[in-house]
Amino acid sequence: MMDQAFQFWGIACTLLGLVLLAIFIGSIIVDGIQRIDWDFISNLPSRKADRAGIYTALMGSVWVLVLTTIIALPIGIAAAIYLEEYSKKDKFASILEVNISNLAGVPSIIYGLLGLEIFVRILQMGSSVLAGSFTLALLILPIVIVSTREALKAVPQSLRDASFALGASKWQTVSQQLLPASFGGILTGIILALSRAVGETAPLIVIGALAYVPFAPTNPMDDFSVLPIQIFNWISRPQHGFEVNAAAAIIILLLITFIMNGIAVYFRNKWQKKFK
Amino acid sequence: MERSDTIIEKNTKKKNMIEAQDVKVHYDDFMAIKGIDMKIKANKVTAFIGPSGCGKSTFLRLFNRMNDYVDGFRMEGEISIHGENIYTKKVNVEQLRKEVGMVFQKPNPFPKSIFENVAYGLKIQGIKDKKFLQEKVESSLKQVALWDEVKDDLNKSALALSGGQQQRLCIARTLAVEPTVILMDEPTSALDPISTAKIEELIYELKDKYTIVIVTHNMQQASRVSDYTAFFYLGELIEYDKTKKIFTNPEKKQTENYITGRFG
Amino acid sequence: MRRIKELVIEKTLFSSALVTILVTLGIILVLSVEAINFFREVSIVDFFTDTQWTPLFTEKHFGILPLLSGTLLTSFIAILFAVPVGLSISIYISEYAPRSFRKTIKPALELLAAVPSVVYGFFALTVVTPFLQNFIPGLSGFNSLSAGLVMGIMIIPFISSLSEDALHAVPNSLREAAYGMGSTRLQNAFRVMVPAASSGIIVSIILAISRAIGETMIVAIAAGQQPRLTLDPTVPVETITAYIVQVSLGDVQHGSLEYRTIFAAGITLFAFTFILNTVSYRIRKKFREKYE
Repeated sequence: MMDQAFQFWGIACTLLGLVLLAIFIGSIIVDGIQRIDWDFISNLPSRKADRAGIYTALMGSVWVLVLTTIIALPIGIAAAIYLEEYSKKDKFASILEVNISNLAGVPSIIYGLLGLEIFVRILQMGSSVLAGSFTLALLILPIVIVSTREALKAVPQSLRDASFALGASKWQTVSQQLLPASFGGILTGIILALSRAVGETAPLIVIGALAYVPFAPTNPMDDFSVLPIQIFNWISRPQHGFEVNAAAAIIILLLITFIMNGIAVYFRNKWQKKFK
Repeated sequence: MERSDTIIEKNTKKKNMIEAQDVKVHYDDFMAIKGIDMKIKANKVTAFIGPSGCGKSTFLRLFNRMNDYVDGFRMEGEISIHGENIYTKKVNVEQLRKEVGMVFQKPNPFPKSIFENVAYGLKIQGIKDKKFLQEKVESSLKQVALWDEVKDDLNKSALALSGGQQQRLCIARTLAVEPTVILMDEPTSALDPISTAKIEELIYELKDKYTIVIVTHNMQQASRVSDYTAFFYLGELIEYDKTKKIFTNPEKKQTENYITGRFG
Repeated sequence: MRRIKELVIEKTLFSSALVTILVTLGIILVLSVEAINFFREVSIVDFFTDTQWTPLFTEKHFGILPLLSGTLLTSFIAILFAVPVGLSISIYISEYAPRSFRKTIKPALELLAAVPSVVYGFFALTVVTPFLQNFIPGLSGFNSLSAGLVMGIMIIPFISSLSEDALHAVPNSLREAAYGMGSTRLQNAFRVMVPAASSGIIVSIILAISRAIGETMIVAIAAGQQPRLTLDPTVPVETITAYIVQVSLGDVQHGSLEYRTIFAAGITLFAFTFILNTVSYRIRKKFREKYE
């Protein structure tokens, strides 16, 4: 009897979160779907709610995503290759591992404080797209490293054996066998990391991304805003029109986030099949 | 192909290809090989037999230094190929492995095309000449009697081949770099009997041009295929002699017990 | 020649790995330097004992307790909600549900963690608070209850996924032994499986707490901007993270005492999450050794 009761409870809990999420998303769609039209996407921000659009924030998000990838991808993959294929399993290697695990758990706003001092002030990038991208790159670096390592771990040892036995050097083995074989897993990891980055708000607020930017960035040193900050800004305004705008912008942000997640999951499944 | 820095001289009349002198192997505290002396003859097939865990694979892998990657590996003693100690600092390990090739127990073709698999060993040496690569791939696949079966579609993925074909592909891949010695670590234990027979036939044909050392669990295979047999037990070399002698009239009681299936 | 090339490549890869150490050192350095400057002007005793936090007012108080209580109150509510729900989900998936269910439901739950927190903040402010106001008449527009509950929803997958992994890792033989002795699924779950997977479950809870403490946007949007030392979930409060956002949006002079307050607050936050993460890493390592 108790068994049955718990079974109901278990199913209820499992569905609870998803049902609530569905309700939330449903209410947002009801709130904001009417607002979405081409003007909304292409308009600049404005003091008047019905004239305001997400263009500059959207462009800012694109700029930041691209630059963040350019910065984080090479460093993250290189670090993962070193840890997985080159490093001996000694004390120093475990220090590196603990450290990466720790960085993954640091609140994102702390990265904002780091970025504020180092990139904005000391390196004098100002509150620019570049400073924001560097900050987010450091934030997602642990994610890229961990997922690349997992992808490399999944490549069977026999592949390395075969390559070494033919006289290939370590780097030849990595570049010609391991990276191609783990490509799908690495791709999945970077897409998931970026879908996290696209929704980040706090660290970019701290480094000074503005809430009201009347132009899209044209170079990395420009001021900028991103979609989540635009949403936050509109939420803080009392007029109902801005609440509708926020809801509409959220729909677009969620669309981007879910599509990216979907693509990542698709690649992960495709890639995992390879090694079955 | 420029071979200015080869380790093994070709075309000599030396009778012993590989020499091991008082070789000991440790993995951290565990002593895997307890002091072995052995001379392996050129252009012959030598089989290593013995129960699981007796060190025959470990000993085999000393010849192409594949143990170097294992954590905690330590080696004492000397291993020379044609008189050259292969464990000195000046030996280029990658060059060594081109001259001492290895075929593994479970066929491990790269997840690439048949052509790419065989050409890989040459490409990593910097060889780019398309015509040369094509000729080499063809001749290697012919040597392992795989050419007729795959010649119509060399771009097909190697993973689409059967187990036996994959293993022959792995042998072709090794042959393409023109080694002097071929090491085989239980090459047929994952294959069906027909594929096994084909590969044993291949080993017999290859013996003229190469020195072959084969680790095998299958004693019938050892007696069919090899000229010399070495019996290992718990990290020691118990007996090493002509195959015929080992299997009909062994000197040591332990050898006899193993051959007749009393243990192992 | 080839050997030199290989060495250069290895050193380059190594220096990339070193970047991670530099990041940690950077964080510690930046926070410490500014915090030390802060504590030159504000006494540490005051910082930890003053019950008011008003650095931006004319009469300045620098007691961290109100911000700390805001952070801990919202996180506590989140955990109070997420732990029973998350744990129940993990037990259900691990001990009751068919295999195929696990495959479809786990990614669906991951979705909860993928939603950007600014979106959750919007929900908390515009959906949850008005809804709760129907049942709690005194509920203020900004309060820690709504924010805490929504945070709880967001961290459910942290607990459910990791706990389920921990339960999954327990050897089947234990499960079979329990059933063999005639226990029901419920008895097996709570008397055998949960204790066996306890370290993994504890790790998941610690990580969830760490995530809740570090959360910014949900509380910045829905919990309020009034630092208040209180346990009342119906009134506005301010968390450490929301305070940092508040200052960053304003016009605070670089190098001023007010500017430094965000680093003093930040280093407090960092200390908490660092300790939690280190503890959970240690437990995770010990747990892995147990079942390998």
